[in-house]
Amino acid sequence: MRDLSDPLRPVPGSQSPAAAPILETRGLGYDAGGRVLIDGLDLTIRPCRRTVVLGANGAGKSLALRLMHGLMRPARGEVLWQGKPLDRQARAAQAMVFQRPVMLRRSVRANLRFALVVHGFAGRERALREARALEQARLTDLAHRPARVLSGGEQQRLALARALATEPRILFLDEPTASLDPASTHAVETLIDAAHAAGITIVLVTHDLGQARRLGDDVIFLHAGQVAETGPAARVLTAPSSGPARAWIDGRLYFDPTP
Amino acid sequence: MQPDTGIIAAAMGLILSGNADLIEIVGLSLRVTLSAVILSCAIGLPLGAAVGAWRFPGRGVLAVLLNALMGLPPVVVGLAVYLMLSASGPFGPLRLLYTPTAMIIAQTILVTPIVAALTRQAIEDLQSEYGEQFASLGVGPVRRLSALLWDARVGLLTVALAGFGRAVAEVGAVMIVGGNINHVTRVMTTTIALETSKGNLQLALALGVVLLGLALVVNAAVMAVRGVSARAAHA
Repeated sequence: MRDLSDPLRPVPGSQSPAAAPILETRGLGYDAGGRVLIDGLDLTIRPCRRTVVLGANGAGKSLALRLMHGLMRPARGEVLWQGKPLDRQARAAQAMVFQRPVMLRRSVRANLRFALVVHGFAGRERALREARALEQARLTDLAHRPARVLSGGEQQRLALARALATEPRILFLDEPTASLDPASTHAVETLIDAAHAAGITIVLVTHDLGQARRLGDDVIFLHAGQVAETGPAARVLTAPSSGPARAWIDGRLYFDPTP
Repeated sequence: MQPDTGIIAAAMGLILSGNADLIEIVGLSLRVTLSAVILSCAIGLPLGAAVGAWRFPGRGVLAVLLNALMGLPPVVVGLAVYLMLSASGPFGPLRLLYTPTAMIIAQTILVTPIVAALTRQAIEDLQSEYGEQFASLGVGPVRRLSALLWDARVGLLTVALAGFGRAVAEVGAVMIVGGNINHVTRVMTTTIALETSKGNLQLALALGVVLLGLALVVNAAVMAVRGVSARAAHA
């Protein structure tokens, strides 16, 4: 994770809405089994901000995240990283944490080491980053335990620490607290906050309205594979202008008015 | 039919007295079998892992082929290796026919598809679990293979064990390419076949007991290692 004392690091939340986007999608589309799952998605992710992606089940949130991260190839449109097509170098500056953390059949420390080795860290620098990541995730005492015996919350903290240890510029989070209790959710949110404070751009998919209010700077609301509404969290979460967003925030099941 | 206690007692006597012929035959069997299993793992583990983890044209055909080759008839393999190594065959000048090396080659051909096919399945299952995480981290193809093999190590021990079982019990192929020559290529299975046909049941029975004992000891040892590794990795 970046050093908070670094004078060159961007100040979180300081980017104006007009700041050049770190990531954009243009006309993004994806089909599966003859069904259009996402269509004409134009998204803008601004640097050093926390963008929350909301929507009902099947709205295309997780799929959009995977397309932005380059895990899947879009059927239509493109993903732009700082104005250029997403390439290998751009992908190395990204990290993702999944709803169900993927733990290698190794120790906690070895899970961290694997990610660092893949990103080219070696020797003292790697050991330093391992120690720092363990400390930040409060897993130092469990460093030698097999990662798969950790609790759900500990595993998710390890997954976050592993993603952040590689020093990404953007962190994608796909419902990272969906199956966690409030204490574990708080621990994960604390790590997300720390990452944001260190200047890392956050893109978070969640179903938790409270979490969206706590963590969101910007909101993208998806409905049926398209953007229903987008804007600052303070506005979208209090006075949504679209039907789907209003219904979801009010806790009502949204009835699609289209015939 | 009543078991012939005299034969059983004589067989036990051969084992307990440390009969030199018996020890020589058991030693050669172990040498040939372990060499074949090590070679098969050296080829079959990376091959199976590559088919399980990588996407390339013809992958499906290769997977089906590996599965089909698991059922290779040993006598057919023995015959093919015999033709390759015989004086008129392409490898005739190497003069390997009727040597332990020929037996190792035949067993390796029989065991490699078993190791490769079972490895492919184990690696494919693990890849489906790790796939997105590896893609997210940008793990390259070679590192992906080595990481999957390492993390599947507990299951792969059983794969090696299946290979050992096939090799140590094999008789048809090693009989054809080894010739069952006394003090040269005579192993447990070929000796049991020969001595039974001659009516010398003491040695055949003693070797049968040793063969079963070996299979039990190797299985127990591998299961113990598997248990320790599984606890360490919680696989």
